[in-house]
This record gives sequence, C-alpha cells and structure tokens, in this order.
Amino acid sequence: MQATVNGERKDLPDGLTVAGLLRHLGVRAERVAVERNGAVVKRARHDEEQLAPGDVLEIVTFVGGG
Amino acid sequence: MSDELSLGEHRFTSRLVVGTGKYKDFPTMQKAILASGTQMVTVAVRRLDLSAKGEKSLLHWIPKECVLLPNTAGCFTAEEAVRTLRLARELEIGGARPLVKLEVLSDQKTLLPDGEETLRAAKMLIAEGFTVLPYCSDDPVLCRKLEDAGCVAVMPLGAPIGSGLGLRNPYSLQMILEQAKVPVIVDAGVGTASDCAVCMELGVSGLLVNTAISGAQDPVAMATAMKLATEAGRLAWRAGRIPRKLYGSASSPLTGVI
Repeated sequence: MQATVNGERKDLPDGLTVAGLLRHLGVRAERVAVERNGAVVKRARHDEEQLAPGDVLEIVTFVGGG
Repeated sequence: MSDELSLGEHRFTSRLVVGTGKYKDFPTMQKAILASGTQMVTVAVRRLDLSAKGEKSLLHWIPKECVLLPNTAGCFTAEEAVRTLRLARELEIGGARPLVKLEVLSDQKTLLPDGEETLRAAKMLIAEGFTVLPYCSDDPVLCRKLEDAGCVAVMPLGAPIGSGLGLRNPYSLQMILEQAKVPVIVDAGVGTASDCAVCMELGVSGLLVNTAISGAQDPVAMATAMKLATEAGRLAWRAGRIPRKLYGSASSPLTGVI
C-alpha cells in the first residue's frame, strides 16, 4: 500500500498499524508523535490504529529551537 | 529570600529561559544550558529525519531537570500553531496543562509576530488546556488582550528575532509592565549581557534568549554572562534605583570642609 510519510510517498506493507509503521521504519516510538490525516494518534492507540492506502502521516520529534 | 517566577503550575528561581537552536553541536549547547542556570529551554517540533538512525536526539543533551517549552516556530496561522502543539503534547512534555510558547509570525523577512493570529491561537490553545506563553509585539493593547484571554504571561519582543538589537522601545515595555498582572518576559532582541540587565532593571519577570548565546563566539561564556546580568538586573530592580537628576548631588558632606 502507498502512503505519504513526512512528505514522501512510500510503499508500505499492507495492514500496518501506527506501531507497525514505526517498527517498519526503525523508529523508537517513545520520542515521536504521530499525526494521521491531520489528527494526532495518541500513543496509547498506536497498536490499534490501522493505516489505510493514501494516508498522510507525519512523524515528528523535538529539535533545537528558540 | 524567595524570589520565584511563577508560570502556571511551575515555579522557577532562574529568570532566564534559553533556546536550543543554532548551536554548532549538542555538547556546546549542553554546556551553555548548564552555564546559563536556566530551568526551562525552548524546543521546536519538526519532522523526524527518517534517514538519521541511531543518532542521539536533542533531548539526550538537555539536562533532565529543565522544563521543556515547545514553540510554534515556523507557524503563520493559528491553526498551524494549534496543530504543532497538539503534537508537542504527545511528546511527553508533562503536566495536565503543559507550558507552551506560542509564536505566530507574519512574514519571513521581519519575523515579526502576527498579533491577530497569535490572539486567536491563544484562545484556541487555552480552551484545549495548554498553559500559554505568547511571543508578541511590544504593543500594550495586544498584551492586555492576551492577558485577558488567559495567557499566564506575555512575552513582548525587545527587537526582531535574532537581531541582537537590544531593547528598542523601553517606553512601550514600561507601559506593558505598568498594566500587566501576569509576568512579562522579554522574548527576542537581546544581543549581549547588558541587554539582559537593562530589561531586568525595568522590572520584567524574565528573559528568553537563543541566538545571542548560541551565536556568540563563546556560547558558554555568554551564557554565564547573561546569567549574571539577569540576576544583577533583577537585584537592581528590587533594590530600587535612585531617581535621575539633571545636576550633581554631592556624596560627601558639604559642612565641615577645611
């Protein structure tokens, strides 16, 4: 299935959850926040939230800033 | 003698808030944070670099005792700012009503804040339970509106972000200070340590500094200088300065002169 992750089109395995996506990308979940189609996916829901083809996902973290 | 800065649920003995942007490397940033004595640092929310695996993140280098103050840098509308801080809240910044720095800019060149969008965003964020510290212009009317909306402090600029021009309009700031019932924190414009002292001597409650420290030739030394200047300025304000007089006033007795 295709989805957009941080602005890039990606081919992803079908049937991924948010937690599965983070594992697939090699991202440690504890210091990122995930937004799916404009809405925050709470950490407690990472294991349940199913992705769908065409999803727009943002994975963010803290960086230096003033 | 206790002299604490109170912001929402948080109490601080340091009145210097520092940014974490534009350091040449993380170890220098960490040393500067420690030298500044700060208890709160600003951070930005950005896309994770999916190609940078295994690198230690920013948070690894921030002392654990520092409160994180997520900002909305790069946002030009209220909606963008709210979206950014909803994500920040997921990043375990802690507390039921997390402290956030609201910053909604008007254009890329001046980086001046957009008061209308800032006020709109502040109301939206407060309704969602955030504790809002708004970066704003040094406009007493806007500062009053932000305070009335429920912001726990106002953060007028001293000069444009990163300009290092120091406090450009002390009279506006004095008007803001006179009316404000919440802490006033000067955010942006500080260039060197004396700027910190000047602001603190006017009675502001705190300062937020990034570029003037990270961009200094020796950021750790500048962080130390600003810590001292902030403390000195605060003490001088509490001490109460003498009134300015046009003519001289002798320090030694005029009687008994030989």
